[in-house]
Amino acid sequence: MYVELKDINKTFHNYKASDHVNFGIEQGKLIGLLGPSGSGKTTILRMIAGLEQPDSGDIFINGNRVNDIPASKRGVGFVFQNYALFRYMDVFDNIAFGLEIQKKNKKEIKDRVFELIKLIGLEGLEHRYPNQLSGGQRQRVAFARALAPKPQLLLLDEPFAAIDAKVRQELRSWLKEMISRVGITSIFVTHDQDEAIEVADEIIITNQGRVEQMGSPVDIYKKPTTPFVAQFIGQSSLVNDYTSLIGFEQVEGMHQAVIRPEFIRIAKQGELKQYLSAAEEGIVAGIAFRGDNLEVKVQVKGQSFTATRSLEKESIQVGEKVNVLVYRLYAFDDSKTLLLDNKAMEDRNSVYI
Amino acid sequence: MVNKFKRTKRRRVIPGFPLSLGITLAMVSMIVLIPMASIIICASDLSLYDFVKIVMAKDVRSGYMVSFSCALIAALINCIFGVILAWVFVRYEFPGKRILDGLIELPFALPTAVAGISLTALYSDQGWIGSIFAKFGIKIAYTKVGITIAMVFIGIPFVVRAIQPVLEKFDPQYEEAAAMLGANGRKTFIKVIFPEILPAMLTGFGLALARGIGEYGSVIFIAGNIPYKTQIAPLLIMSKLEQLKYTDATAIALVMLVVSFLILLLLNIIQVHATKRTT
Amino acid sequence: MNIEQESVNLKKGTKVTKVVLIGVSLVFVLIMLVIPMLVLIVYALKDGGTKYIEAITDPYTIKALRLTIVATVTAVAINTFFGLFAAWAVSKFHFRGKQLLLTIIDIPFAVSPVIAGLIFILTFGRIGWAHDFLNAHNIKVVFAVPGVIIATIFVTFPFISREIIPVLNAQGRDEEEAAALMGASGFHIFRKITLPHMKWALLYGIVLCSARAMGEFGAVSVLSGHLRGKTNTLPLHVEIIYNEFKLSAAFAVSSILVVLAVIILILRNIVEYKAKKGGR
Repeated sequence: MYVELKDINKTFHNYKASDHVNFGIEQGKLIGLLGPSGSGKTTILRMIAGLEQPDSGDIFINGNRVNDIPASKRGVGFVFQNYALFRYMDVFDNIAFGLEIQKKNKKEIKDRVFELIKLIGLEGLEHRYPNQLSGGQRQRVAFARALAPKPQLLLLDEPFAAIDAKVRQELRSWLKEMISRVGITSIFVTHDQDEAIEVADEIIITNQGRVEQMGSPVDIYKKPTTPFVAQFIGQSSLVNDYTSLIGFEQVEGMHQAVIRPEFIRIAKQGELKQYLSAAEEGIVAGIAFRGDNLEVKVQVKGQSFTATRSLEKESIQVGEKVNVLVYRLYAFDDSKTLLLDNKAMEDRNSVYI
Repeated sequence: MVNKFKRTKRRRVIPGFPLSLGITLAMVSMIVLIPMASIIICASDLSLYDFVKIVMAKDVRSGYMVSFSCALIAALINCIFGVILAWVFVRYEFPGKRILDGLIELPFALPTAVAGISLTALYSDQGWIGSIFAKFGIKIAYTKVGITIAMVFIGIPFVVRAIQPVLEKFDPQYEEAAAMLGANGRKTFIKVIFPEILPAMLTGFGLALARGIGEYGSVIFIAGNIPYKTQIAPLLIMSKLEQLKYTDATAIALVMLVVSFLILLLLNIIQVHATKRTT
Repeated sequence: MNIEQESVNLKKGTKVTKVVLIGVSLVFVLIMLVIPMLVLIVYALKDGGTKYIEAITDPYTIKALRLTIVATVTAVAINTFFGLFAAWAVSKFHFRGKQLLLTIIDIPFAVSPVIAGLIFILTFGRIGWAHDFLNAHNIKVVFAVPGVIIATIFVTFPFISREIIPVLNAQGRDEEEAAALMGASGFHIFRKITLPHMKWALLYGIVLCSARAMGEFGAVSVLSGHLRGKTNTLPLHVEIIYNEFKLSAAFAVSSILVVLAVIILILRNIVEYKAKKGGR
């Protein structure tokens, strides 16, 4: 493992920011630390950087315990949430700062800075000041500044939070490409699951100071191991009594469940040709246009589900009676989740055969 | 324990904490805390009976009355003119505005003694303004009116400068919203703008009041220092010191300090309350 | 028609308000601030130009001016030194008791100048606890130049830190953290990153501090003992000649202070303008 956290604990006043945090990261990977705000993800990042000190536990970088090594000697590059560009220095001086501290000679500094300016595609802007740059350009400069002293590990705190939604998409792929081109082990913090899924090789999900799950984006999405992850990832609906739904039986100890939108099909009356007996009756409670599809909220037996419906299909109205087919759901107890399929659909299949 | 100490030592990434805090605490102690403690040390020699006797003496009581009442009236006058001036500076454009705005700061920049003798010359019976009032038998210099005028002079920048930034930040959309809902100018001001600037105005009021109570240089010349009439409390401290009655001076000062701190405490509470309500 | 009439009335109303309010402001500033200045100039020149020159070139006046300058420069230097360290400690670090510290720093604002003088009499004077020590080492504070300087420092103590701290607080500490993360030393961070942020606030504080220092009257009056040519600052000198009924001489000497005050006001406005422009 290149970066390793062993049983890290950290408390601010009464707030437990890290609660027995353990994980390891392989060299060269791009890791996303994902969690709701206040889940302790930024604290983890700042502890790895040395900006905060854990109350207990050990942090290893490249096999060395770094707890007692000051931040500046850890070989870590850090991109701050608001970039923290030095407002009174131009782009060149910002990127050169770390190299000047290391007392590199002038030529070396100049070469490295121009190499990076070229890398980030800001040639010709080296004498601009941060306030003369767009949000995206600032992020690029912050990225170059962090990379200039050739760190072994790059940490990014909410790298896209300060950027317009429009440019964000473009910057995500840019950053992913840059990091893979430079080949540096990187960890970034985000609260946006789309961002984590799209950019990261691996995702670590945090909640209330604990690491909930770590794995590839596909694994996290398909096999959530904790109730929190099951609810947090995807536009899930929480079901308090899943046994009332047709085709789902009580699993020992598991009382609640979550349903992903793609687990549900909403059909106009008469639209459903198959599995009608496996479907519920529901009433459309709300419809929202989401660009390429419709987000539909339906009421089924007193519970509210969120589903999607293609724009191609015949339109439905609020208050309309519809058939709601729940294919599957995640049942969970306090610690684990279990994927359940709609039994009624299986039964039907067997009859057809 | 050793380990723990080490940890807290390294927690700060930005360098210079022990040095800067050390210098700060040392200087605060030397220049402010230790000298201020002297007043407590000196007062502790005083029995409660003596303390009350000194503070309730006739000249001292009238000194407090003069200082407190004049400072209060002056601060109230400053609130009225402070709001008007701040409003004019923020909302209107007219030639000479910048100079007028700069002049507000004059009482901060002008030595108090100079202000004192100028105001005295202006408002005395022979002075340009004083002589006009003298015709109607109204004396300004060497009366409480004169003292109040001097306190208005030194207090006005506190109020104006407290309100101005708040008015500048105030989003005109609120006023527009009020106007759209049919409120007229006066109603908009009372219902929408005034509550917005009230905390700032109270801050300015408190600062002007505290300054007025403690003011010496600009007031003593125009006050004329007539015993029981226009002697201000700081002057009493001064004269006790000249008579080498150190404990008397300390007792008088203690009461003034307590009042000043109460005013500042009240201000703090208002401020905390105001920020809580709006955020 | 009705609506139009109403809007015209409204416009007329606001215009009247505007004129009235500007008028009130003008009259207030005129009576309270401008005329006192005019009085001062007129009285200063009442006895003619030669008398004026005589008054301001009087050896005691020159000596008083010199002491005022010495006290002002010392106070500004010490308070700048303090302000920089205090601002760094308060704005860049979290620590317990910060609010209390800030309140204590502000104490000199709340204290009457006369009381400021009193506390130093009680500390260093004949009944003060530091008196024996000072006597043993032959140091005179009360009724001597050091007393005048200490009083000036006390009265202007919070001026500079107060101007810088809000600016540094608003800036946050990200930039300093970023620099520290790259291994920059404290002094380097201060010079390259923090100082450029607060230079206008610092200058502003220095200007305000100078103004107050040179004009200080009450506290200095308590501690100086009014020894002509020795412990008299310019404002104290003005008081003495005023009390000797040499009115025009008093006003003439005052005019030196007024000139200094006007210079400070102009500097203050320049600094404020630059700060607004530079601060974006």
